[in-house]
Amino acid sequence: MRTLRFLLQKEFRQIFRDPSILRVIFIMPVFQLLILPWAADYEVKNIQLSVVDHDHSNYSRRLIGKITSSGYFKLEDYNNSYPNALYDIEKDKADLILEIPAFFEKNLVNQNESTLFMAINAINGVKANLGGAYLGSIIQDYNREIRLKWIQFPRFSPETTIEIESSNWYNPQMNYKYFMVPGILVILVTLVGSFLASLNIVKEKEIGTIEQINVTPVKKYQFILGKLIPFWILGLTILSIGLLIARLAYGIIPSGSFLTIYVFAAVYLLAVLGLGLLISTYTSTQQQAMLISFFLMMIFILLGGLYTSIDSMPVWAQWITKFNPVTYFIEVMRMVILKGSGLGDIKRHLLIVLGFAVFLNGWAVVSYRKRA
Amino acid sequence: MQAITLNNIEKKYGSKKSTVQALRGISFEVDKGEIFGIIGPDGAGKTSLFRILTTLLLPDNGTATVDGFDVVKDYKIIRRRVGYMPGRFSLYQDLTVGENMNFFATIFNTSIEENYGLVKEIYSQIEPFRDRRAGKLSGGMKQKLALSCALIHRPSVLFLDEPTTGVDAVSRKEFWDMLKRLKEQGITILVSTPYMDEAAMCDRVALVQAGSIMSINSPAGIIREFTNPLLAVKADNMLHLLNDLNKYEGQADSYPFGEYHHVVMKEKGLENDLENYLQKKAHQNLEVKAATPGIEDCFIHLMKKE
Repeated sequence: MRTLRFLLQKEFRQIFRDPSILRVIFIMPVFQLLILPWAADYEVKNIQLSVVDHDHSNYSRRLIGKITSSGYFKLEDYNNSYPNALYDIEKDKADLILEIPAFFEKNLVNQNESTLFMAINAINGVKANLGGAYLGSIIQDYNREIRLKWIQFPRFSPETTIEIESSNWYNPQMNYKYFMVPGILVILVTLVGSFLASLNIVKEKEIGTIEQINVTPVKKYQFILGKLIPFWILGLTILSIGLLIARLAYGIIPSGSFLTIYVFAAVYLLAVLGLGLLISTYTSTQQQAMLISFFLMMIFILLGGLYTSIDSMPVWAQWITKFNPVTYFIEVMRMVILKGSGLGDIKRHLLIVLGFAVFLNGWAVVSYRKRA
Repeated sequence: MQAITLNNIEKKYGSKKSTVQALRGISFEVDKGEIFGIIGPDGAGKTSLFRILTTLLLPDNGTATVDGFDVVKDYKIIRRRVGYMPGRFSLYQDLTVGENMNFFATIFNTSIEENYGLVKEIYSQIEPFRDRRAGKLSGGMKQKLALSCALIHRPSVLFLDEPTTGVDAVSRKEFWDMLKRLKEQGITILVSTPYMDEAAMCDRVALVQAGSIMSINSPAGIIREFTNPLLAVKADNMLHLLNDLNKYEGQADSYPFGEYHHVVMKEKGLENDLENYLQKKAHQNLEVKAATPGIEDCFIHLMKKE
C-alpha cells in the first residue's frame, strides 16, 4: 500500500508539473465544449438559393417571399435564365435552384395545378438533402395556404388531406446542443482515459524509466494501478468540469441523477483505461501510440453515434458500433440527461461496458506480463 | 559463495528470418567484493548480459545466479538486492534530485537517512541542487544522481552499464575513485565499458567480442598473456609506413596506435631486421622502439586471433 501511495504521489507530481498536459486536461474540454456544440449543429442554415422566375406574377413573388422568410434560405440570385442559375451552382455561389415556369399563376388558378422545378447541388450531401426537404415542405405549406383561401364555406374541401402534427419528446425545442454536448463530453472523457494514460505509460518505456522500475521490488499490479488510478480520477474530473460547463453555458441540467452518470462513467473509465493500457503494451514509442490513438479515435467518433444516427448505418457498421464502448456512453449520457433514465434503465449498457473493462484489462495485463 | 555466476548463457534476438546471436555461451564467476569489468566494443553483448543478470531479460539457454539466487526463478529476491544503473540516464527527468532519491528509497522500503552513509560521498556533491529537476542537471551530475539512486537501498551487487560513456576525463577518474571506495564497503561491482584504459581500474576483466568471452584475467594477467614482442614505429609518412609494415613477413599484426604504429612480431629478435627493412624503403626520421603492451593491444591481438 505504501509503495502504491508513493507511486501515485509521483504520478500526480509529474502530471501537475507538465504544463502542456495540464492544458490538455483542463483547457481543452472547456474550449471544445464551448465551441464545438455551436459548430456541430445538424440544422442547415444559410442555404443559398437561386430563383429562376419565368412568371413574374403575384403568386411567384409570394412563394419567394415565403421561402426567404423561413430563415433557412438566402436568396442569392433572382433571374430568368436557367443556364445562368446553373452557372451559379458551378461557381458554388448557389446550392439550390428553384425554377418557376411561365404561366405558373395562370395554370394554378385555371387548371388547379402547376409545376415547379428544383435543382440541387449534391456535393455537400447533408446540405442538399435537408435543403431539398425544407424547400419541399415550404412549398407544400404554401400550397395549403392557397387552397385554404379558395375554399368557400360551407363547401367541403374537394379532397381529403392528412395533416401531421408532431411533438418532440425529451427535447421539445429540438435543441441540438442538448444532444451534442453530452456526446462531446463522452469523447473528451475517452481521450483522457485511454490515450493520455497510454501515452504516459509509453513515455516511461521510451525514456527507459520503466527498466529502472522493473529492477525494483515494485510489483506489476502496483505499477499498473499507479498508472490507472490517476487517469481514472482525471477522467471523472473532466466529466465534472464538462457537466458544469454544460449547465453554465447551455443550461443543460440532467433530468436523471448525477449518481447514474457517475456510476456509469466510473465503470466506463475502467474500460477505456484498459484500452489505453493495451495500446501501451503493443507500442514502444509515443509516436506509435499516438498514431494508433488517432486511428481508434476516428472510428470511435464516426461509429459511435455522435454525429450520425447508428440506426441509419448499414447492418455491418451497426455491428461495429456494438464493439465501440463510446457508443454506449453516448447513449447513456443522452438517456440520463434528456430522458432521465435511472440505473435500472441503463443496466444493459452498464453490464456490456463492464464486460469491456474486464476483457480489455485482462488482455492488457496478460500481454504486459509477456512483454516485460 | 560467488556474487555472480554465469553458466553458458545464450541469447538470440530477432525472428526466424534474421537473428542476431547476442550472447554465445558466456560463463564466468565474480567474487564477492570484486570490481569486475566487462570490456568490449559496441555490440559485443554487454548490455544483453546486464539485462539478463538484472532479471530484465530471459536467457535462451544457460543459468545464472546473482548473490546465490537464480535470475529466472528468484527474480523477485534479486530485484531487492541489486542496484542497476542502465547505460542511458533513466530517472524521472521531471522530478527533482531530491524527489528521485526519495522515490527510489521508498519503493525499496527504506529512506535516504537510513543509508545516507553509503551514498554520502556521491550524493553530497549533488545535494546543493536537490530542488533542481533531474533533466536539468549536467551529464556528470546526472550520473552521480543515477549512481546514488542505484545505491540508496544498499545493494549487495551493483550493475553499472557503461557508466562513463560520454563523460569527461576528470569525471571519469572521479567516478572510478568512487567505485573503489564502494568496493571497500563490500559491494560487488560489475561494470561494463568500451574504454580499454578503464580496464586497468578493475580487479578482473572479461574481454568480450561478438557475444563470446575472449579472455578473463586480472588486467596485469591479461597483459602477461601477451607474449609476442611489441614494437612502436614512427616515420614521416605514416600511411606508407603502415602499408610497408603490413608487407613485412616477420610481423603478426600492425595497426595505428596514437602517434606510433604498433607492430606485433611473430618472434623475438627481429627488431634490427625490421629496422633494416624499413630503411630500405627509404622512410624519413624512422624510429623503432620496444613498447609495453596495454589492454588495448591485448584486445586487438585476441580479436585478430579469433
